[in-house]
Amino acid sequence: MYRLKITDHIILLCGVFVMMAPVVVAFFTSTHDAAEIHRQGLTLTWGNHFVETYATVLNREGGFTGQVTGMRMLMNSLILGIGFAIGKIVLSMMAAYAIVYFRFRLGTLFFWMIFTTLLLPLEVRILPSYEVMHQLHLINTYTGMIVPLLASATGTFYFRQFFKSIPDELLEAARIDGAGPIKFFFDVIVPLSKTMVAAIFIIMFVYGWNQYLWPMLMTNDESFYTLVRGIKQVLLVWVGAQIPDYNEAFAIAILAMLPPVIIVVVFQRWFIKGLTESDK
Amino acid sequence: MKRVQFSSPTLPYLFLLPQMAVIFIFFYWPSVQAVKSSFFLEDPFGFGSSFVGFDNYKGVLESAEYRSIAGFTAIFTALVTFFSLSLGLLLAVRADAVIRGSSAYKTLLISVYAIAPPVAGLIGMMFFDQHIGPFVRFAALFGWDMKIGLNYFDTAFAMVVVSVWKQIPYNFIFFLSGLQGIPISVREAAVLDCRSGFRRFWTVILPLLAPTAFFLFVINVTYSLFDTFGIVDVMVKDKAANNPITLVYKVYMDGFRGNDLGGSSAQSVILMIVVFVLTVFQFRFLERRVHYN
Repeated sequence: MYRLKITDHIILLCGVFVMMAPVVVAFFTSTHDAAEIHRQGLTLTWGNHFVETYATVLNREGGFTGQVTGMRMLMNSLILGIGFAIGKIVLSMMAAYAIVYFRFRLGTLFFWMIFTTLLLPLEVRILPSYEVMHQLHLINTYTGMIVPLLASATGTFYFRQFFKSIPDELLEAARIDGAGPIKFFFDVIVPLSKTMVAAIFIIMFVYGWNQYLWPMLMTNDESFYTLVRGIKQVLLVWVGAQIPDYNEAFAIAILAMLPPVIIVVVFQRWFIKGLTESDK
Repeated sequence: MKRVQFSSPTLPYLFLLPQMAVIFIFFYWPSVQAVKSSFFLEDPFGFGSSFVGFDNYKGVLESAEYRSIAGFTAIFTALVTFFSLSLGLLLAVRADAVIRGSSAYKTLLISVYAIAPPVAGLIGMMFFDQHIGPFVRFAALFGWDMKIGLNYFDTAFAMVVVSVWKQIPYNFIFFLSGLQGIPISVREAAVLDCRSGFRRFWTVILPLLAPTAFFLFVINVTYSLFDTFGIVDVMVKDKAANNPITLVYKVYMDGFRGNDLGGSSAQSVILMIVVFVLTVFQFRFLERRVHYN
């Protein structure tokens, strides 16, 4: 048995190495300056330009119009991530509550209409979605970036599953005590859903933060760029450069991955629970 | 369903209103629009459009370029799905077997999950860079002159590597939680019956993991088809000329760069059908699983 354990650890260590090494190397390399990186390649040593590079990336007014700083992109990413997560939670909790706790004629129809959205991801209808947003004058707005992403039923299903697992006795007791549907929702359902809300918030925040295609289509005004969207700009500037700004590209990559990675690692238990228990 | 429910003439509709409004405006309207414009030929200067029936579909399906992109997408999807599933499973089985350090392994292995595809693509680009990329230098030792962005095969190789790397943590999380859901009594009984660890895994553990694996299979296919957009975009940098691209990228290129509304919509509808079939397939299977439980 003991010999087997050793192989297990070796394979796991290889796995950890493969998964983590690129990120660690990216971080260390970002602390050197571009010329040094160009000469020496990727490194695992600490350079002396950490403060300098990150300060430049966060504060320099870059882009074609000189309007967008790293700070601005960071803020836009936060708005997208948090706005998307909150919007998703509010919409889907309300919808799931109506579907599970009410008896009404069009209930089944609505359920299937929401269900259908699971069938088609946003990517397959980008062009018509763009046209619609154009007609509604929502290009270059936060609303245009966030709201169309909410048009999917994942959250509603998470909450539907969860509400169905809440014992019926609670509702019976609440009704005997004279609670109406609104009171029951705010005084019983919302407090009961706290853990579920936290788990979904984490999943949805990471999802929103990491959006790339949709923000790219919806924004051509640089002051709306998110960090993830900014990656492409970094690469476009590269073309034709004598020594590309490797250090700044790495720094942006690190900034763009740091918040979601930290959240996932810190709230690991909730995150895994939310992901594995509701997705199936 | 609940035994007791509220009934109210207006409240349920009020609760559903926000969700339904968003779905109608941003899901049903564009989807209908996509189907509609796939039957029309749009004037590139915006002077109206004319009905052309299935011509857009015919044009798409008969084009050699579209077929070769479809072929690449199929191979790409197969490779990414296979490698990310098997590596995820391998790591999950090992992480399930060790006791010491298991939570540290878990944390380190899942952290990459949170990295956005284009960010993964950017890091990948650096590792495959002509000047500073260690992979290119390593390949050169074997006489492989890797040219990402110029050579079709090399770019495809880098895309697969980065896409697999990004997806391993997701599969790892699900396989691990699937493995930990297998009762100890079942494992102990299996140990008594069979000494070979490999056979035990093959005949007892793997069948019990089948539902998880199937679920992940569908998710991974969807990932390879759609979510890899960011990776592809960062790697080919808008110059799709000689580079491998996926079908979604082609929809994007034709619609937003080529202004071919009809053709792009027809491609969208074809992709919709693919996803639709996949999802229906998944739900049929899941229903059966629920039935067995």
